[in-house]
Amino acid sequence: MSVVAMPSGRGAPAQAEPILVVDGLVKRFDTPDGPLTAVDGVSLTVAPGEFLGVIGPSGCGKSTLFNIIGGLLDGYEGTVRVGGERVAGPHPSIGMIFQEESTFPWRSVIDNVAFPLEIAGLPKAERYQRARHFVSLVGLDGFERRFPAELSGGMRQRVSMARTLAAQPKIMLMDEPFAALDEQTRLLLGDKVLQIQQELKQTTLLITHNITEAVQLSDRILVMTYRPGRVKRIVDIDLPRPRTSEIVSSEAFGRYVAQIWSDLREEATRGLKDDESRTRRAGERP
Amino acid sequence: MIGRLRKNRWFPAALGLGSFAALVLLVELLIYLDVVNRYVVPPPSDVVAAFPRIVTEEHVLSRFLLTAGEALSASVLVTIFGVAGGVLLYQFTLLRQATETWVAAVAAAPLVLMYPLYLVIFGRNATTIVMMGFTAGLAPVILKTLEGLVGTRRVLINVGRSFNLTPSQQFWKILFPAALPTVFVGMRLGLIFALINIVGVEYLINFGGLGQLINDLAERFDLAGTYAAICFVILVSIIVFMLTERLERWLRPAG
Repeated sequence: MSVVAMPSGRGAPAQAEPILVVDGLVKRFDTPDGPLTAVDGVSLTVAPGEFLGVIGPSGCGKSTLFNIIGGLLDGYEGTVRVGGERVAGPHPSIGMIFQEESTFPWRSVIDNVAFPLEIAGLPKAERYQRARHFVSLVGLDGFERRFPAELSGGMRQRVSMARTLAAQPKIMLMDEPFAALDEQTRLLLGDKVLQIQQELKQTTLLITHNITEAVQLSDRILVMTYRPGRVKRIVDIDLPRPRTSEIVSSEAFGRYVAQIWSDLREEATRGLKDDESRTRRAGERP
Repeated sequence: MIGRLRKNRWFPAALGLGSFAALVLLVELLIYLDVVNRYVVPPPSDVVAAFPRIVTEEHVLSRFLLTAGEALSASVLVTIFGVAGGVLLYQFTLLRQATETWVAAVAAAPLVLMYPLYLVIFGRNATTIVMMGFTAGLAPVILKTLEGLVGTRRVLINVGRSFNLTPSQQFWKILFPAALPTVFVGMRLGLIFALINIVGVEYLINFGGLGQLINDLAERFDLAGTYAAICFVILVSIIVFMLTERLERWLRPAG
């Protein structure tokens, strides 16, 4: 197994002063079988305006990393800094989009999006005006008064995205936000994310297990090993921007997918074998 | 044809009313044919005919208002103390572990049997009846409020945490609205228990509103009048439920 953290060879974003610095992160969980190291010595940086994808097999600690950076998980070694400031808990500079459906079912689209502005204490007229802008940004004009139950899964994830963006975070964390959607919707929503990122120059960290999605959206991709999660390789994605989902048919795209899969395959196989042996052991217990 | 009818917004209500009318006619027919004894179940036509009599002679309206007022008072108390109790059990794990089984046991207990004790404490008056309703309705509201709060999806709580909400904001902006549908299930259950006990205690202690009237009419073997008075109890129940539904729609317009 090769564990190589390659420096970014990409132009502007990676060379700028990083806005997010994760240094030597180690997180262990107590389990009935003893302590389990979920992430082990993970270090990464994200430059302003950069889109960093984090990819790895199931059980590599991607979501643990997401929760630590977002300030939802404590009791770890190492540091997380945003704009030089150490993060110890939820931070206003970090916005989070979750894998599960997370809109508030009792609030309309506009009220969902205006939620962080309401918490910030903005007057009603101002927060609705700003919320409308973000609703429009995610392409949901005309659905402001609808409730989440009246929307499709993809639309609901766009509401979540607009709600996070409305808080104007410096960094947007996304934890497999399109995992529950079909492939076509996922590609089209990827287009929407690209368009928004282009427009807002939004620094984004995307956690995913989907190689196509990672290559479609990212400037760099950090490949993680199976448990314990370490940085195996960082791949620069030198595909032209602005991008659309049409890029998936290009030859260069295919090469990146193949390259990342060759890195991931070994890890995914290890994960699969580990799952099987754990299931077997569990079955043998009296 | 059926497909077109199903799309009509009035069809479900018309179907419900039509079914009820058909049932009433069937009962009337069965009594007419002597299949059902008219001294056990009065003919529906007699019940309808009894309405003007119990309105004018038995002062049913003032009794109805008294029972409705008692039900409303008990509902308000059940809601305030039941929801607050559920929130307390949610906030303090030790308290929940210590008392949840007891509360569940109280919900299943025949509390109406405590009416002699309440008579001693509060006297033979409306307070006893309201307190009996309150006691009977409290446990389900506590339990369902707790269930709603505990069942709030983790991701919604995490959204609140990611926006750095204060504990108070986390409760009022996320936990409480997320739990509301379950809280209202508890309230409906609690109000059913409260109403049954209110009318039951009025009947038992022969005091106050519709329960006492039903007792009087039953003792006079005025079966048609008894059933007509029961219709007014149902009306109280409908009014309380409509108010609960309005309140729920107002607090949580969708979801």
